[in-house]
Amino acid sequence: MRLFDFFRLTRRNRNSAETARQRLQVLVALDRSGGDGPDFLPLLQRELLEVIRKYVEVDLDRVKVELERGNGFSTLEVNVELPTAHLERRAAV
Amino acid sequence: MSKVIVVTSGKGGVGKTTSAAALATGLAQRGHRTVVIDFDVGLRNLDLIMGCERRVVFDFVNVINDGIRLHQALIKDKRVENLFILPTSQTRDKEALTREGVEKVIAELRKEFAYIICDSPAGIERGAQMALYYADEAVVVTNPEVSSVRDSDRILGILNSKSRRAEIGEEPIKQHLLLTRYDLDRVQRGDMLKLDDVLEILAIPVLGVIPNDPLVLQCSNVGMPVILEPKSKAGQAYRDAVARMLGEQVELRFTQPQKRGLVDWLLRRSA
Ligand SMILES: Nc1ncnc2c1ncn2[C@@H]1O[C@H](COP(=O)(O)OP(=O)(O)O)[C@@H](O)[C@H]1O
Ligand SMILES: [Mg+2]
Repeated sequence: MRLFDFFRLTRRNRNSAETARQRLQVLVALDRSGGDGPDFLPLLQRELLEVIRKYVEVDLDRVKVELERGNGFSTLEVNVELPTAHLERRAAV
Repeated sequence: MSKVIVVTSGKGGVGKTTSAAALATGLAQRGHRTVVIDFDVGLRNLDLIMGCERRVVFDFVNVINDGIRLHQALIKDKRVENLFILPTSQTRDKEALTREGVEKVIAELRKEFAYIICDSPAGIERGAQMALYYADEAVVVTNPEVSSVRDSDRILGILNSKSRRAEIGEEPIKQHLLLTRYDLDRVQRGDMLKLDDVLEILAIPVLGVIPNDPLVLQCSNVGMPVILEPKSKAGQAYRDAVARMLGEQVELRFTQPQKRGLVDWLLRRSA
């Protein structure tokens, strides 16, 4: 029982330290590549929206931007909810 | 009615961020819509403790200065319902927060959240004052250590003089003591200030006593607030503190030696 606990604990320690190591690698790589990295994101979003707005009315509260940073690459997901009124009008044409 | 609660201390490294993350998570677990804001501009680390650093797109500073909508910067916790994180910027400095900007964000959050927890930077200057300015209540995080207690005393002075409530002569900020990294063995040996010693100086109601607990580090390694670790004593103590925030009467734990069995007592005697 004691021994079992001991092994479980050490294994868990190692696991959490390994997780910490991996998280740090991603973080430090981003920091060194020029701070936060995505400080261009607000600008990117603004310009993207300007383009979209040429075609559709966009409610700023219906824009969702998600980012998942990974070790080799990151994915940026931009979701713009389009108003149904607009789409219906389109469908009617 | 929403409550703005600042987690502050004066001194750095005493456990503010650990506590802000734990208390916010605990309040959300109890069903209250809660957001926790990182006010430590330039030294962002609440997102690390919460384990959402890879999901930060926009931050508090972007909302104030770059026309980003608040809901775009809020990160919804994946483990706990009702819990949101507003991260800060790693690249800007403390000047990036303006009082008007912070006021607007807090006013908007108040419409939606029951609890708004502000994780303060260390110090007693601008950054810390910004974090506490709009607070209704303050959790003063203190370690049983001379320098920490002294700094807590200074921050109590600032809460009473430099906050919005103080300036407009409203009812003062309600203050609570959260004594963290408490090591009962050392207290018993007379090597560490005890709760009563700290209370004698600070004289504010106790929200909780959080034991020193190695699991706090393990949880921060993996980005999980310690309150989510059922085996952790610190986590249990934070759960008690959350219950007290909600007005429940919960006795203090981890401040008295556990009653030991006879065998244990004999072993100790012979040691
Ligand atoms: N109850 C505790 N037991 C053990 N370590 C703790 C405890 N609370 C905080 N720590 C550790 O203390 C250090 C500082 O904590 P942190 O929350 O970042 O402080 P602050 O935000 O006040 O600078 C961290 O390494 C953290 O893991
Ligand atoms: Mg901190």
